[in-house]
Amino acid sequence: MTVADKLEIAARPGIAALGRLRIGTSTTLMAIVIVLFAFLSVTSAVFPTPENLSNLLRQTSINGIIALGMLMVIITAGIDLSVGAVVAIAGIVNALMLQAGVSMWVSIPLTILIGAAIGVFNGILVHEVSITPFIATLGTLTIVRGLVMIMSGARMVANLPKEFGQIASGSVFGIPSMFIIWMVLFVVTVFLLNYTQLGRNFFIIGSSKEVARLSGIRLRPNIYAVYGLSSAYAALAGILLSSRLSMGVPTAGISYELDAIAAVVIGGGSLFGAAGSAVGAVLGAIIMQTIRNGGNLLGIDPFALQVIIGALILIAVGIDQIRVRRAEKG
Amino acid sequence: MAELIAASGISKAFPGVRALDQVDFVLKPGEVHALVGENGAGKSTLIKILMGVYRRDSGSLAVKGRDIHDFSPQAAQASGMAAVYQDISLARTLTVGENFFLGHMPTGRWGTIDWTAAYDRCGALLKELGLDDIDPRAPLNSLSVAKQEMVAIAKPVFENADILVFDEPTALLANEETEILFSIIRRLRSEGKGIIYISHRLEEIFAICDSVTVLKDGCHVRTMPVADTNPDDLVRLMVGRSMEDMYTIKRSPPGEVALKVDGLTREPRFRDISFDVRHGEIFGLFGLVGSGRTEIMRAIFGADPIDRGEIHLDGKPVRFTHPSQAIAAGIGFMSEDRKNQSIALPLSVRTNINLAHYPAISPFGVIDRTAERDAARTYVDRLAIKTPSDAVAIRNLSGGNQQKVVLGKNLAAKSRILVCDEPTIGVDVGAKSEIYKIFEKLTEGGVAILMVSSYLPEIMGLADRILVIYEGRPMAIVDHADFDEEKLVRLASGLQA
Repeated sequence: MTVADKLEIAARPGIAALGRLRIGTSTTLMAIVIVLFAFLSVTSAVFPTPENLSNLLRQTSINGIIALGMLMVIITAGIDLSVGAVVAIAGIVNALMLQAGVSMWVSIPLTILIGAAIGVFNGILVHEVSITPFIATLGTLTIVRGLVMIMSGARMVANLPKEFGQIASGSVFGIPSMFIIWMVLFVVTVFLLNYTQLGRNFFIIGSSKEVARLSGIRLRPNIYAVYGLSSAYAALAGILLSSRLSMGVPTAGISYELDAIAAVVIGGGSLFGAAGSAVGAVLGAIIMQTIRNGGNLLGIDPFALQVIIGALILIAVGIDQIRVRRAEKG
Repeated sequence: MAELIAASGISKAFPGVRALDQVDFVLKPGEVHALVGENGAGKSTLIKILMGVYRRDSGSLAVKGRDIHDFSPQAAQASGMAAVYQDISLARTLTVGENFFLGHMPTGRWGTIDWTAAYDRCGALLKELGLDDIDPRAPLNSLSVAKQEMVAIAKPVFENADILVFDEPTALLANEETEILFSIIRRLRSEGKGIIYISHRLEEIFAICDSVTVLKDGCHVRTMPVADTNPDDLVRLMVGRSMEDMYTIKRSPPGEVALKVDGLTREPRFRDISFDVRHGEIFGLFGLVGSGRTEIMRAIFGADPIDRGEIHLDGKPVRFTHPSQAIAAGIGFMSEDRKNQSIALPLSVRTNINLAHYPAISPFGVIDRTAERDAARTYVDRLAIKTPSDAVAIRNLSGGNQQKVVLGKNLAAKSRILVCDEPTIGVDVGAKSEIYKIFEKLTEGGVAILMVSSYLPEIMGLADRILVIYEGRPMAIVDHADFDEEKLVRLASGLQA
């Protein structure tokens, strides 16, 4: 074994092709997905049917989109607990606008902007007020949840135009349009993280805010951008969820933030920042949802399923910790 | 029992460095023993061996007449030893009283903590020591740093330690508190306790110490009664070393003034700092730890705000409120705290070289990845950075190669003025001379270098001129021809040359 083999390759997806470690994580995850699919196709007659698979992809898309936004926040060594609440408020706000006769071509961009504004609010709390991201976004979560209840009167907002519901139910060449939207966002995220200065800044800030500052990076616009992006992604996910349900549901999105964090972490993201990849987050989301879906089909007790998913998260984070400690020892 | 500590022939080596070489040290009861030497002379290594933090490679050590083979900080504490280090190692969120008892709170009948007794005992001692203005019930972090230091100093007295080490105890203290510290030390001496006193401030050594041991480059130079020496002799013993060729570089004829600093002030860190650095010149800033040298560097770079004063670049006045402006104006910065301020440890060598370069190669925010890769390869080659590939995380590189990446980062950003704070800190000898060679080339090309170094041979070898500062104030600007170790040390200690 040469020295080069022993060296840890930088946890930066931009040069993923060179990275043994990164390839290691993604390949492992890919292998897990294949094994899961193969296993479930053999053990369950329903699993490989086109209906179930497109259902699985639709289910995964919501968490998968939120996870991509969460990934960017986690890369900056932050966290965004408010995304689940943003899912709910986006669904309600958009539905209320549609009910009031606003065209969905207007209401959807507006809703995403409102989502981004909530994210910028998080950014202000984190950067200007120096509240730790965990607490800042926890506060926002609570405020937004309250706002949702006030705006909706704690009732669902139904009777939405049919064409709105078709966004989620539609498909192109048999591929669910929700999944296509997710993949478009995936490409956007890969581009942001690997090909733009903004994405590079996220990694540098996640590595050390002081290093970033002394290297000439202004923290404010980058922190605003990352929380804004995360909330905008969550708002889009909320719109898709309400399209799928054909109504705005005030209790939608509860604990979605945890699923998104889990997907990122399973995908190799580190809460210490400066590590993680969009491929990993996508695969992490698919693995979680496949276990849920497959477990249901196999008739596994849903509570036992919860135990399995919890254990999976711990194993992923445990491996991450060991990796960090090894790297620090050099 | 004649001696509290009897150490002889103590040696200790770290990879690549001989930190202590056959050092003898004796501490008698009722003695205040000063330990002096330059940075890197081996003072803290010796203290850490005495306190059981490091294990000695060879030599013998006896504490209170008992031979010590395996020592640990716990065993040292159990033998009545206590050290007060520069950085206050107390629990800041707990109260003064809790810090005194730390883990051994007095308990009442039911095994519950007897708070009244705890605070009474603590308060009584504080009063005895003349520290009655410290409330034993106050959380430590509600006190000023100086008061916290006084609590740290009082704690071993409270624990009735009989061998006490004070490492630069007055660095954070005002005159009044220094007086209290001296009265505490006198009291301990009269009780027959032994005190090891480390300080850069020579006047304190003559004010309070009985004997002094001088260390230099890890070797024992001399131990003598303080009464038999004077500050001048002491300085001579501390620095009396021959200059090595390593630190001499080819100097370039200085050009126009690149950076001019006029009356730069940031209270209470530094005041009225004025100097200029010419293209092709290396300008040194010399001072003791805490003299404000790092703060001056950071202020010039726009990393910290200034109260008043002016900065001119190539004759034009500038005012930076953020490092990005300084970088855009052609200033590069190498921090003394490489791992926390200069490089992004988990990221690749390539990213690190481009850290300050991205704005230049990212039209509309999209990175030109070819330019990114080319910059990395260019500087890996040109600076001979030893790394298997530029995709490797920088944390895997040696200190010297990391520092060369930091140089590359500044060169990639087209720095014309390089501000370096301890550029060879944590760098081995080989990489050191490579860095000096790079400096030589840079000045040849007209780059102006402003550097801080606390290592005299280095700054005297490299710098064309040196500004000496003491407690944030300028003492003198010394020309290369007039460089003299004693003179510089005297100036840095606040004595006139």
